[in-house]
Amino acid sequence: MTRTINILEEIDWTTVSLYLFLVIFGWMNIFASSYNEQFRNIFDLRQSYGDQLLWIFITFLAIFSLFAIDHRFFSFFTYPIYGIAILFLLLVLAFGLEIHGSRSWLNIAGFSLQPSEFVKIAVALAIARYLSGYNVKLMTWRSLAFIAGFIGVPMILISLQPDFGTTLVFSCFILVLYREGLPGWILGISLFTAIVFLMTLLLPEIAVLIILLASAVLFIGIANQKVNHSLFSALIIAGTFGIVKIISLFIPVKPGNYMLLLISSVIAAIILIIIILRKKIPNALLILAILFAFVSLTFSVDYVFDKVLKPHQQTRVNILLGKETDTKGVGYNLNQSKIAIGAGGFAGKGYLHGTQTKLDYVPEQSTDFIFCTVGEEWGFLGTMVVVLAFAGLLVRLLFLAERQRSVFARLYGYGVISILFFHVAVNIAMTIGLFPVIGIPLPFFSYGGSSMLAFSMLLFIFVRLDAVRKIYLI
Amino acid sequence: MDQFAGRKNIIVIMVLVSAFALIVRLFYIQVIDSSYKLSAENNSKRIETIYAARGLIFDRNRKLLVYNQPAYDLMIAPFELKPFDSTALCDLLSIDITRLRAGIAKVKIPKYRREPFIKQLSPETYAKLQEKLYKFPGFYVRSRTLRKYSREMASHLLGYVGEVDEKTIEKNPDYVMGDYIGISGIEGYYEEFLRGSRGQEVLLVDVHGRVKGPYQGGRFDEDAKVGMDFVCTIDATLQAYGETLMKNYKGSIVAIEPSTGEVLTLISSPSYDPSLLVGRQRSENYGRLEHDSLEPLFNRALMANYPPGSTFKPVNALIALQQGLVNTGTTFSCNRGFFARGVSVGCHDHNSPLKFLQGIQNSCNAYFCNVFRRIIEDPKFSSSTEAYNNWRNYVLSFGFGNRLNSDFTNELKGFIAPSSYYDRYYGENRWSALTIISLAIGQGELLITPLQMANMSACIANRGYYFTPHIVKKIEGIDTLDHRFTSRHNISIDTANFRLVVEGMYLAVNGGPGSTAGIARLSNIAVCGKTGTAENPQGEDHSVFVAFAPKDDPKIAISVYVEHGKWGASYAAPIASLLIEKYLTDSIAPNRKWIETRMLSGNLLHAK
Repeated sequence: MTRTINILEEIDWTTVSLYLFLVIFGWMNIFASSYNEQFRNIFDLRQSYGDQLLWIFITFLAIFSLFAIDHRFFSFFTYPIYGIAILFLLLVLAFGLEIHGSRSWLNIAGFSLQPSEFVKIAVALAIARYLSGYNVKLMTWRSLAFIAGFIGVPMILISLQPDFGTTLVFSCFILVLYREGLPGWILGISLFTAIVFLMTLLLPEIAVLIILLASAVLFIGIANQKVNHSLFSALIIAGTFGIVKIISLFIPVKPGNYMLLLISSVIAAIILIIIILRKKIPNALLILAILFAFVSLTFSVDYVFDKVLKPHQQTRVNILLGKETDTKGVGYNLNQSKIAIGAGGFAGKGYLHGTQTKLDYVPEQSTDFIFCTVGEEWGFLGTMVVVLAFAGLLVRLLFLAERQRSVFARLYGYGVISILFFHVAVNIAMTIGLFPVIGIPLPFFSYGGSSMLAFSMLLFIFVRLDAVRKIYLI
Repeated sequence: MDQFAGRKNIIVIMVLVSAFALIVRLFYIQVIDSSYKLSAENNSKRIETIYAARGLIFDRNRKLLVYNQPAYDLMIAPFELKPFDSTALCDLLSIDITRLRAGIAKVKIPKYRREPFIKQLSPETYAKLQEKLYKFPGFYVRSRTLRKYSREMASHLLGYVGEVDEKTIEKNPDYVMGDYIGISGIEGYYEEFLRGSRGQEVLLVDVHGRVKGPYQGGRFDEDAKVGMDFVCTIDATLQAYGETLMKNYKGSIVAIEPSTGEVLTLISSPSYDPSLLVGRQRSENYGRLEHDSLEPLFNRALMANYPPGSTFKPVNALIALQQGLVNTGTTFSCNRGFFARGVSVGCHDHNSPLKFLQGIQNSCNAYFCNVFRRIIEDPKFSSSTEAYNNWRNYVLSFGFGNRLNSDFTNELKGFIAPSSYYDRYYGENRWSALTIISLAIGQGELLITPLQMANMSACIANRGYYFTPHIVKKIEGIDTLDHRFTSRHNISIDTANFRLVVEGMYLAVNGGPGSTAGIARLSNIAVCGKTGTAENPQGEDHSVFVAFAPKDDPKIAISVYVEHGKWGASYAAPIASLLIEKYLTDSIAPNRKWIETRMLSGNLLHAK
């Protein structure tokens, strides 16, 4: 049964307003970043802002046509859409233009398109479609395999271009799965793994080891809700370390503190295992096993870094992590970006008065580093507004996703949220040195027709679905 | 809707925490940490100095003496250097490759600035280089100005310009490295007027160092202000003429306009070409000039202390007149010298005895020894010391014994011994007129500078006053001269007495037989003068002459000093007379041409 609705009433105008604000403000900053007093024509297609204006126009047309299509189109044609997306990924590998060392762009009828941008929509649709199927549960091997496939295939194809940043984007779908029942600990472990990975590269070994031990001790207590357990484990570890240290003073070989800590942890672990098996402390064994896994991870990461990576690759990683600063070479981007943003001060230098961005000090300043223009010209007020606008949009979308009666719509909504969240958080963090520099755009802001069109379609398919939420349909 | 709906909240928290973390970090970078702001400024702003042209220098008749020529500094911006054809560059600059490499290596510290690489390229080199400069990224040209002299003349007077050194910068923070500053002469003394002020252009540069436009629309730009033009009191024609005449002699000429104290000409010989001290070769040339045995850098008009010789006699005459110790009728005899109580001063052959005016005319040493004796043994004073002090005060009032406080750099004071000097040497009250009798004829401990002599001449010409000699006639943009140049210094000696001495000096030139300065006589102008022969114990005596003309309403007062010229009349007097004639009549009378020829062909440069 279908109810007639007035579509205009049902469109979530909060979302649309936030979207329009971001697009317009984004365009203004693209204009500023390429602003040259000699070229005043905003419609000049040769300039980024003119081109972007054209794409905004095309996007609006596309959005209108979205609303002209029946909303069932998306769920109905999900898999064909996905298939076409994969096809395009294959095409770009074969026929794509090579830019900056990767084949990510296809030239069709004079327009340049980036298939990887649109694939994100296809994957979000595919997951939503699959998991909303009749009697499909997430936590089955079959489901997980399908989902792994949906996400994994594009990831592999994109990594062949190669485009490391975009490949990484697909990891965001874990949020969708989490909402649908993926055990929280998987999310936790994944995050923790990523953190440990970064820590290993950033911190000295002994610090990592101490943190791991401390976390393990903590978790033993948390898992069993018994503080005693934590204290007990801590005591055992501290005790063994003390004994081992004293012993080391008397032997001729003097190993460093790290070695001592390692040895004492192993001894403590053995003691703990014996006690655990005797006293049957629940979970402790599991935690110890995980601890062991993480320590191994730490070692292997270190091993790979020190022994497998070549020096220049090591440097690259170090710079990405900010361990080394190379303000003229690879670290140049980041340094200039921070300078540009930092120079903005509280209220910015004023619209069109940014020196760093106007004078090409920030590379990629209209694409990946567009946020720098905001920072430089609008200052902290400007950056805060943009961050809050995106946060607002995401929270609003979360609210919208939850009110969906259709599982498909809800799942797709979460897909949109995950993708947008990943892009916004990582892109901005990148410009201010909180995340390694990987090339991903800021949605609705960064210059790029494919990007603008793809993100807008991503969003408005959901707005479309949300607008008909009162008509229940799978 | 389902069991996991609560997880939305976790995700909401994730979003909010992330937003919060970003905002906090942004706050830190943008508001709290100011180091980025500074980096941004340094990145993109470049300040270019605009150097001002120095003011021009003209003579009293507005003839251009010193002006500016363009010079170009080759600048290097190490950050922008790219590989280039170094051989080609060396060819264009006419330097060798090792010098180029050394120069670049020296500047190789990574800087976002430009530094001078080679200073003051000649306009020809610049012209050749400019066409090809695009081939050498990282090299730029900055324009400067250097001095150019319309004539090789008045080097000591004009002074020269060099680069400012650290000591000066410390004393005067207005200056920065690379500025030019006037050193000595007019350039030095009037530096603050001539130099103008630096301007600056603040430019926006992009990451490649290319200029993109003015920073903030040129808000911080400052125009350079050209230096003020300077009109000096020198008469260029007279100066040039005098320098030509003195070319083969060591000595000096100073000529003053008595009614104003304006210095018409100031010559020290030997001199040097002022262009030698311009630009890059300045240090090298300066070194050579410094070691030249003839000491061309030495300004003899101001920095040499000489004994005045007989040219000092008019002063003693005036003092004696004023003290009432002599009058026109006073007669002394001369027996080829002055002899008294063991003291003897020789004199040349002339009529004897002589009255006052003839004493001056014949420059009789005995006459003036007697005159001086009367001054020091004046019964009005209780002791010789007192009388001497009185005499000394008169002498000082003529401007001797001290700096005249003119606008010349490096004035010497001369020396008029205070009585304490003789007290120390001879013992208190153990000296008298006869002990110091050489002062009577301008010898002994008396030391003067040629400038002081000319000033004395002007004083007598004015019949009793003088104006501080000065070189500034007008500074464009300033209405009034320094007060000290327009105030009269009066000598406390009656005008009537001056008129008598003037008469004596008139006779010295025009009095016919016995006149020591007959050679200075001009047919239609009344020249007054006094010869002098300054003793030189180490060699040949110096030829000295002071004069002024015309006698009534004098226009020029002059002192000429020719080292080792022997008699005053041999060199100093003829040269002075030629200058006077040239100044007052614009030419030399045909019947006096021989004097000019004689002076031009003589040579005492290496006389001792």
